[in-house]
Amino acid sequence: MIQAIVFLPLIGALVAGLFGRVIGHKPAEVLTTALLIAAAALSWVVFLPFFLGDGEAYKVSVLSWIHAGDLQLDWVLRVDTLTAIMLVVVNTVSSLVHLYSIGYMHEDPHRARFFAYLSLFTFAMLMLVTADNFIQMFFGWEGVGLASYLLIGFWYQKESARAAAMKAFVVNRVGDFGFLLGIFGTFFLIGTLGFDETFAALPGVADATMPFLGWQAHALTVICLLLFMGAMGKSAQFLLHTWLPDAMEGPTPVSALIHAATMVTAGVFMVARLSPMFELSETATLFIIYIGAITAFFAATVGLVQNDIKRVIAYSTCSQLGYMFVALGVGAYSAGVFHLFTHAFFKALLFLGAGSVIHAMHHEQDMRNMGGIRKKVPITYAMMMIGTLALTGVGIPGTSLGFAGFFSKDAIVEAAYAFGGTAGSLAFWLLVIAAMFTSFYSWRLVHLTFHGPTRADPHTFEHAHESPNVMLIPLYVLAIGAVVAGVIFYDSFFGHAEHVEHFFQGSVVVDAAIIDAAHHVPTWVKWSATIAMLLGFVTAWYMYIRNPDAPKQLAAEHRGLYQFLLNKWYFDELYDRIFVRPARWIGTALWKGFDDWLVDETLVEGLGRRVRQVTGFATRLQSGYLYHYAFAMLIGVAALITWAIAAGGLLG
Amino acid sequence: MILTNNILTIVTFLPLVGALFILLTPGRDETAARNIRWIALATTLVTFAFTLVMWAMFDPSTADFQFVQNQLWLGDVIGYRMGVDGISVLFIVLTGLLMPMCILASWESITYRVREYMLLFLVLEMLMIGVFATLDLAMFYVFFEGTLLPMFLIIGIWGGQRRIQASYKFFFYTFTGSVLMLLAIMAMYWQAGTLDIARLLSFEFSEDAQFWLWLAFFASLAVKMPMWPLHRWLPEAHVEAPTAGSVILAAILLKLGGYGFLRFSLPMFPDASAYFSNFVFFLSVAAIIITSLVAFVQTDIKKLIAYSSVAHMGFVTMGIFAGNVYGVQGAIFQMISHGIVSGALFLSIGVIYDRMHTRDINAYGGLVERMPRYAFAFMVFTMANVGLPGTSGFVGEFLTLFAMYQVNTWFAVLATTGVILSACYALWLYRKIIWGALEKESLKSILDLNTREMVTIVPLVVLTIFFGVYPAPLMDAMAVSVQALVDHYQAAVGLEPMSALIDLGTAGNVQAAASAAASH
Repeated sequence: MIQAIVFLPLIGALVAGLFGRVIGHKPAEVLTTALLIAAAALSWVVFLPFFLGDGEAYKVSVLSWIHAGDLQLDWVLRVDTLTAIMLVVVNTVSSLVHLYSIGYMHEDPHRARFFAYLSLFTFAMLMLVTADNFIQMFFGWEGVGLASYLLIGFWYQKESARAAAMKAFVVNRVGDFGFLLGIFGTFFLIGTLGFDETFAALPGVADATMPFLGWQAHALTVICLLLFMGAMGKSAQFLLHTWLPDAMEGPTPVSALIHAATMVTAGVFMVARLSPMFELSETATLFIIYIGAITAFFAATVGLVQNDIKRVIAYSTCSQLGYMFVALGVGAYSAGVFHLFTHAFFKALLFLGAGSVIHAMHHEQDMRNMGGIRKKVPITYAMMMIGTLALTGVGIPGTSLGFAGFFSKDAIVEAAYAFGGTAGSLAFWLLVIAAMFTSFYSWRLVHLTFHGPTRADPHTFEHAHESPNVMLIPLYVLAIGAVVAGVIFYDSFFGHAEHVEHFFQGSVVVDAAIIDAAHHVPTWVKWSATIAMLLGFVTAWYMYIRNPDAPKQLAAEHRGLYQFLLNKWYFDELYDRIFVRPARWIGTALWKGFDDWLVDETLVEGLGRRVRQVTGFATRLQSGYLYHYAFAMLIGVAALITWAIAAGGLLG
Repeated sequence: MILTNNILTIVTFLPLVGALFILLTPGRDETAARNIRWIALATTLVTFAFTLVMWAMFDPSTADFQFVQNQLWLGDVIGYRMGVDGISVLFIVLTGLLMPMCILASWESITYRVREYMLLFLVLEMLMIGVFATLDLAMFYVFFEGTLLPMFLIIGIWGGQRRIQASYKFFFYTFTGSVLMLLAIMAMYWQAGTLDIARLLSFEFSEDAQFWLWLAFFASLAVKMPMWPLHRWLPEAHVEAPTAGSVILAAILLKLGGYGFLRFSLPMFPDASAYFSNFVFFLSVAAIIITSLVAFVQTDIKKLIAYSSVAHMGFVTMGIFAGNVYGVQGAIFQMISHGIVSGALFLSIGVIYDRMHTRDINAYGGLVERMPRYAFAFMVFTMANVGLPGTSGFVGEFLTLFAMYQVNTWFAVLATTGVILSACYALWLYRKIIWGALEKESLKSILDLNTREMVTIVPLVVLTIFFGVYPAPLMDAMAVSVQALVDHYQAAVGLEPMSALIDLGTAGNVQAAASAAASH
């Protein structure tokens, strides 16, 4: 069954990609979507036993791969609780996005190619989550990177799309640089790259040190930090986040699937999968907490002032990924995975909802040119409201009433508080502030888009229309998830520690102490995120409904800060100055200066001129050099043979 | 039996039979040219078939030379000695595979002196296979240096405008090195009393001798590889060469250097190899970083690929001198893969060069609009060049980096930056020529791959992905020979594995230490 789940999307991708122009667009769309729906249904069949408590982990061997010395890598599909969760997330969202795209992309002349890429992405993501060794995970990791690159650059006629696609790939490669070194280090330390074998060997190397860059360092700290660098790239964490907002150049369904629900959570998945390793390095987990908290805060601040509807949601994604990493860092791995799970539903819902708005507004993405379209697209409006309520974490602390994001986000905030210490407190406060910002920019988005008088072009506004059912049905399904995913699965992911342990069956580390501590934080902590959310809501209401001139005044008064946020803390400009331009400059210098001038003109040709002057060889001998060479070689060979005969005779 | 004994002779000299037929073909008109093309194609195809037969007959479970022939020939010194092991067998198959594609790539683009052109290619094939198949050092030298002559002529007669310049560079770079190698070969004979490679492999040269011999071989092999900073001739030669010449240059001729390191430097001069290993690592890492940066700012498509070849060969030399089984297997795999991928890239460039007659990156843009099949193939090769897992480019790059990490983390970290840099230049190229709006008037009527081009490119697409997903056919063929080579090298050098430097700390128990030690 797992083979079917993983390879059905590949079949779809191959058929649609290679024969799309032969079979036509419609069959390609229907085929890939049907295969994905089948894979999604099977994924739930795999997942439910785990949820109900009688699932068993297993592995399926597919093919041998790289065998060299002690390195024995095979293609193996691994199924356990963590994989099953990811299967459900990936295939559910992917099948809905496929379905949605039939409507969203219906005018595009390259639809077959689009669906091939979507299915290819899904296949790579499934390979990633079913990996049983580091290198297969890396295969999936790079495969989703490729699909992301192709999909961001899908509208390759636009220069911005081409640049964004390349940027995404290259920034991810910076992370992969660390990931690869982490893999090398793991093998160096443990001598295997299979997950189970690696985890089994961990107790023996918990305190081991190994040489790294001339320094005898704690082995697992070095390895985990390197591996985490990969996660930072893929999950767009602070310093390696710059590609994600630009990735919004891709079609909106792509943003929903890849840049919200699945691919960007691969870093979270990786750390969860390798949780036994990360557990053993205090430095690495603290680093993860700091990076996660800073990302959550940083991205939320930038999200406050963006005007592109997709970019707001993109920064929100970046910020929510920061929450997940904080959970992983404090040792509440199940809470991180829980937020990954709920986030997939409501963030995909928000993106697809935004896509529906963009569709209605004839590809307008700037919220300054929207407003008041609530009556025009009532269903989309309702769905976006549900997504917003889930994202901002609406619920009543201490009860089981709340949207999906409420349960998972509060679990993380409480776990951060329970972790304590400098890192825990800092993370707690940054996350609470980020929750307020999240609420503010989410409601700002809703107000700017749907409420108030319209600022849209009258013609566009006149023709704004609700999307067709093929686009609305995925919204309904995701909306159900955004409402109930929290309350249904809370007990399994972050309920009583025993239940959580039973659910995960050792597929991630479950630390009963942190879960218990998180359940017993003071009441004000439990309310903190909710209060922050309410503050954000009220502020947004005041600034965009009650007193719509307030934002402009505020921006004018704090011009420097506003520009700083609007320009995303100037990271792009900074990287351009310190990486991109110097690289081109050095490349040119090495080429023109070293290769062409020093080696070629000065040394080689200079020497050649000198030789010619001395020997008086004339340049008019056209291609004479060839004959020189042939002649020299003939002499050489002749000498060799003469000598060989002579020597043979002598030595006898 | 007859086949077993003579398969190498057949494979090596079969191209000459074709060459003879071409000589005998009468006439100078278009009909004759067509016949000559067909003869060349048939010859290379049959040769390829025989290389496949040889591969099928090859027994991968032994490290000994197979299909051996050993007859004294000249003065009891130079012998007619043939034989292959797991290190050389794949290169012969690679040569056999790429030759028919070169002939097809030249089908229409070579319009004058077709007879001489095809003759030279067949002679070149004989020489290239000979390099890998011979077991006599003097014969090796003749084949090794001999490959340059047809290549010279191919560039000099059918090349671009600055071909004279390019041949001069060839001359300059290779001459010094090859003289030194010749001297070294003589010195080896004086010491060991034989030119039989199989016997030389078990001869122990004194440490002093190894030092000088290693340097002499290095002078020749490093130019051929080419290693930084001796690479400057390569971009120029590529730019001037016709498409098929570039394919052979990148796919096969560069591999002669790597093969020489594996056949001579590492097993025959192990102490010197260990002594110089840091020097080689330094040059390799310099190649990976510097030439990648240079590739990034090129405006000529062929130069960009040529510089990227230098960077990829950096992984090869690094893997070889890492001296462990991952590095050596990775290096061989990387060479085979690079043969397929760089050959394919040059073939692809030839496709658009034939149509547009320019290699300027800025002259292209938006090819995907008119050439979707071409864009797909080029994407696969680009990704293989970048080393994406699932393509053949990944396996070699991964294994050589992996090997380097087991030896020295500094060089490993620096070399791994290559994965970022290769993405920069390769995707830059793709973005510039394939993507974009199709705005240039000259491109608006460009045609997608025709059948002949599909026949050359599609098999390479398939192989690139096949060996990325299932590299076992290649890995199995070389595994035992490489293991023997590495055992021999490590025994001679007596290196302590760096994993001995792992300190298990307080929690480390005896059992874990034992298992860690056993795994290295």
